[in-house]
Amino acid sequence: MIRRKLEENFFRILMALATILVAGSFFLIVGTIFYKGIPSMSWDMISKVPGGGFYIGKEGGVLNAIIGSLYVAGGATGLGLLISIPVAIYMNMYLGGKNIIANGLRIAFDVLFGIPSIVYGAFGFFIMVYFGIRASLLGGILAVTLLVIPILVRTLDEVIQTVPKELRDASLSLGATRWEMAKVVLRQIRPGIFTAILLSFGRAIGDVASVLFTAGFSDNIPTSLHQPAATLPLAIFFQLGSPVAEVQGRAYASALILTIIVLIITILSSVLSKRLSKNIK
Amino acid sequence: MTNNPHISIQHLNVFAGDQRILKDISINIPNKKVISIIGPSGCGKTTLLKCFNRLLDDTPDIKVTGKVLVDGENIYDPKAEVTHIRKKMGLLSQRPYPLPMSIYDNVAYGPRIHGTRKKVDLDKIVETQLKATGLWNEVKDRLNAPATRLSIGQQQRLCLARGLAVEPEIILGDESTSALDPVSTSIIEDLFIKLKEQYTIVLVTHILRQARRVSDYIIFVYMGKIIEFGPTEELLLNPQEELTKEYVKGFIS
Repeated sequence: MIRRKLEENFFRILMALATILVAGSFFLIVGTIFYKGIPSMSWDMISKVPGGGFYIGKEGGVLNAIIGSLYVAGGATGLGLLISIPVAIYMNMYLGGKNIIANGLRIAFDVLFGIPSIVYGAFGFFIMVYFGIRASLLGGILAVTLLVIPILVRTLDEVIQTVPKELRDASLSLGATRWEMAKVVLRQIRPGIFTAILLSFGRAIGDVASVLFTAGFSDNIPTSLHQPAATLPLAIFFQLGSPVAEVQGRAYASALILTIIVLIITILSSVLSKRLSKNIK
Repeated sequence: MTNNPHISIQHLNVFAGDQRILKDISINIPNKKVISIIGPSGCGKTTLLKCFNRLLDDTPDIKVTGKVLVDGENIYDPKAEVTHIRKKMGLLSQRPYPLPMSIYDNVAYGPRIHGTRKKVDLDKIVETQLKATGLWNEVKDRLNAPATRLSIGQQQRLCLARGLAVEPEIILGDESTSALDPVSTSIIEDLFIKLKEQYTIVLVTHILRQARRVSDYIIFVYMGKIIEFGPTEELLLNPQEELTKEYVKGFIS
């Protein structure tokens, strides 16, 4: 009896420690960003484009990078969804959930999911050179779209598989075609689509390597798809690389902005997803 | 059994991989009666039911041979239009699975996909079918509420109304009351008895008392084969086959 109790306590403490370690590092990271970022934070940071060229100066802000990042992540997620939803539906409802091709596709997407983003950047760069496109907002969106498609497809795929077969049978029994049935399934998984958007957006807005060669950088807010666009992660990269302490401080302010954007997106989609599942499911 | 069978099954076999789960089934289902398919778990009764509206089409590794004639038309003919066949039959599954939309839209869903667009027509269908299933008075003030807000028993009646809205000829019930409480169960059973004036009803059930209460005929299936088919009282009280005798005895004690 004593041995079993000791064992129980030992493992409970071990698990608690692991949890504290993870939660602790999360707060440490967020804490550091706030601690170092807040002194350099100012209204100018989020309302002005940089003065002094490529973030090296101490003037102005990172509005160009904020807008650029939102454009890139939003555009890539939107474009990615347009491609991923049909793929996920086709895999599950036309090929069949356990079909050999569908399973092959799943493995392919899992591999793509694991590929480092610099590879997508390099691939995007190669394509752009081939078609003669300069580093631009469009190039960045395309490269990041490639990056998020595996995330979107696999998330949607998992969510679709949670829909009970009986629900599909129900719509089929009413004489629905497969596409009409797919529409019912899409309604059912609307909360799951929000989760997919959140994961995709989070990955897209934080990625440096895929936009490094493809989106370029600029001190201005892009006004067309063909202009280069700055992104927050790259801004942080350049600012941290500066020898001037004040500019380095601005890097933490930029990181703080990026963190807050991700936080807002997370909370927003979680609230929306909950509300949807309450009303529709 | 009758001169005018509604569904006529001829030499139906179902294979799952290399296993034969239905063996040479031939039977005539009479028009506008309630027929119960009984048998122990895993005997193939649900599979048999799903053959009636080709719901097995989407299950991988399942092969169906033989003929199922509905109104004289073989539904397994490669030229047969599957959506048209399914429209003829309303399915009521084990648990209610309302579509992820409002009460109104659940009933209107079928008519809509089959081309009814006018609001007045849809309103009329929704009201008629909700009245037919006794739900109207319970839900008429919240037709736009999500269907999942209803109780399980109400949801099952909604699913029945949804099925009736496409004007089927046949109602298929797959242990439709197994998730319901006794009160909801008896409401559904009474509905079946009422609906047989207009529809042919085929029910899968493992509850002999239910088969006895609602059905005119009983099909006893065992190990993928039809052992006996006959009028309810006759089959339950005076079974001809040894297997039927054992099964009926084992459950009515």
